[in-house]
Amino acid sequence: MPAREVVVGSRIGLHGRPAAIVVKTAQAQQVTVKISVPDKSPVDARSIIAVLSLGAHGGDTVTIEADGEGADAALDAMAEVLEKDLDADA
Amino acid sequence: MPEDMNGLGVSPGRTAGPVHSMGSPPVLPAETPQPGPDEAQRAADALAFVSSSLDKLAGSLSGDAAEVLATQAMMAADPTLADAVAAKVAEGRPAAWAITDAIGEQQEQFRSLGGYFAERAADLADLRDRAVAWLLDVSMPGLPRPGVPFVLAADDLSPADTALLDSSVLAIVTRRGGPTSHTAILARSRGLPAVVSCHGILEVPDGTPVSVDGTTGVVAPVSAAEADEVRESGRVEKERDAAFTGPGRTSDGHAVPLLLNVGGAADMTADAEGVGLFRTEFLFLGRTEAPPVAEQETAYRALFEAAGDGKKVVVRTLDAGADKPLPFLGLAEEENPALGVRGLRTARVRPTVLAEQLEAVARAVSGTGAEAWVMAPMVATAAEAAEFASLVYKAGLPTAGVMIEVPAAALHARQILASVDFVSIGTNDLSQYTMAADRMNGELADLLDPWQPAVLQLVATVAEAGKDLNKPVGICGEAAGDPLLALVFTGMGITTLSMSAPSVPAVRAALATHTLADCRRLADLALNAADAQSARKAVAGR
Repeated sequence: MPAREVVVGSRIGLHGRPAAIVVKTAQAQQVTVKISVPDKSPVDARSIIAVLSLGAHGGDTVTIEADGEGADAALDAMAEVLEKDLDADA
Repeated sequence: MPEDMNGLGVSPGRTAGPVHSMGSPPVLPAETPQPGPDEAQRAADALAFVSSSLDKLAGSLSGDAAEVLATQAMMAADPTLADAVAAKVAEGRPAAWAITDAIGEQQEQFRSLGGYFAERAADLADLRDRAVAWLLDVSMPGLPRPGVPFVLAADDLSPADTALLDSSVLAIVTRRGGPTSHTAILARSRGLPAVVSCHGILEVPDGTPVSVDGTTGVVAPVSAAEADEVRESGRVEKERDAAFTGPGRTSDGHAVPLLLNVGGAADMTADAEGVGLFRTEFLFLGRTEAPPVAEQETAYRALFEAAGDGKKVVVRTLDAGADKPLPFLGLAEEENPALGVRGLRTARVRPTVLAEQLEAVARAVSGTGAEAWVMAPMVATAAEAAEFASLVYKAGLPTAGVMIEVPAAALHARQILASVDFVSIGTNDLSQYTMAADRMNGELADLLDPWQPAVLQLVATVAEAGKDLNKPVGICGEAAGDPLLALVFTGMGITTLSMSAPSVPAVRAALATHTLADCRRLADLALNAADAQSARKAVAGR
């Protein structure tokens, strides 16, 4: 299954605005994107509650994975938003 | 008449008015009824109702409030939550009970993550209350509407509550919550006085007039006539503060430059006397490699130019570490990140990052007319300070200093000042390390109070050393923005105060209405107090 490691670019971590943007991006993909942090099982990136439960801070490395047609495009889109400092544009 | 209550002041200002408490959340009947045939559908309908009503509310607002509500609506519509609720229904729980159980478990998970994540538990509680009220067909929990200006009392405020606050709310007092709660953030952005962690507030009967002081954290029952007086004097104070202009100085002309804490050129204000803390982390965060010297130079130059000719800009070198990790530093995970390789200590592992940063600062400042002072965070010994200073001078920068955040550095301020040109005290970390209390832990808010006499004693020790060696000692923690503490620090001999821009007017006004001798008396009162509360009270009483 295609997977990728990404460093969380949002200083405040994956909650608030950055978490909402990540979830919305996942919901817009054709395939299910799973996201995980070390020592926790992967969760559905379309679930805001699951994404918050990762407790990912700025600078943490997260793993995203997807399967099926369009998986690579989905991972590209997810990596792009995860790497940005999404709180800085506010 | 109930007694005065003490909480944590999180948004300055004084006002008074009748207390009215938030509508109480629905309570589940003690006896769990037999589930009906359509509990799964009812639970789903309740969550859908909550999600759509929050979305609608979000649509009627703009900015942060709208965003926060839209996120909460997203939580109500969340598939993970829906699955958990469905599982509870399958176990035989009626809809309202299933939602209560499922959300309770999710809250535990958020709380175990601590910090910001733990505070999202309040968002979930609000969802639950709305869904349960809908299912039990009782009135929605929410804001009181007494029809007169009032002091809002609550256990804690949810984003939905805060979004709906209108101009009839004079101040906010909550029983729980810390400095990063929604209440604190919202109140500051609206300029509303606020006190959090005020334990007795929910026992005050609705309609009782109270005064609220968002600086000292005191909430006191008053008569209706007194309430009018306090409200009027609070309004006058605010106007008076805004009327003072110009550089920071005491009423007898002792200059105390009021500098800004900034993260970039956008944070500068037109009347700023300079920058007391330029945080440089923004350039480094989210990077897999250190930003090139040329890129750093461009970013730093923008701030030096914004500060302008002859203005001082104190640049803090990269403050990262295990608690604020940056992948390119390649630091190991630590058991105790706050006590680990952070601040200047990262230069032990990756010296080139610091060398390049100093080079970029030196190049950026040339030709801008600004004065670049450079300081290192997280210094513990005079040897570290001396080594850092030699690197700064070698980069061609004339003014080197260090931050005093570690108690060891405060105790050895004299030795440290002997090898650098200035120091700046970071009160947030100094409190954390002196009181051995994690900054991110809202439960320990009382220990992290900057009025703790032990912390003030360390500040005074550093100020004394500065006077003896005739070198500047600044403060760049949040505490410098507290108008009363600003007087205390001035009395100790602190030479500059650095704060976020919204804090400047009140501090400028406080200084302008006190002599240096007044400030010295206040410093003595604070230093000799038995505890943080009596220190604050003693100073506020003068």
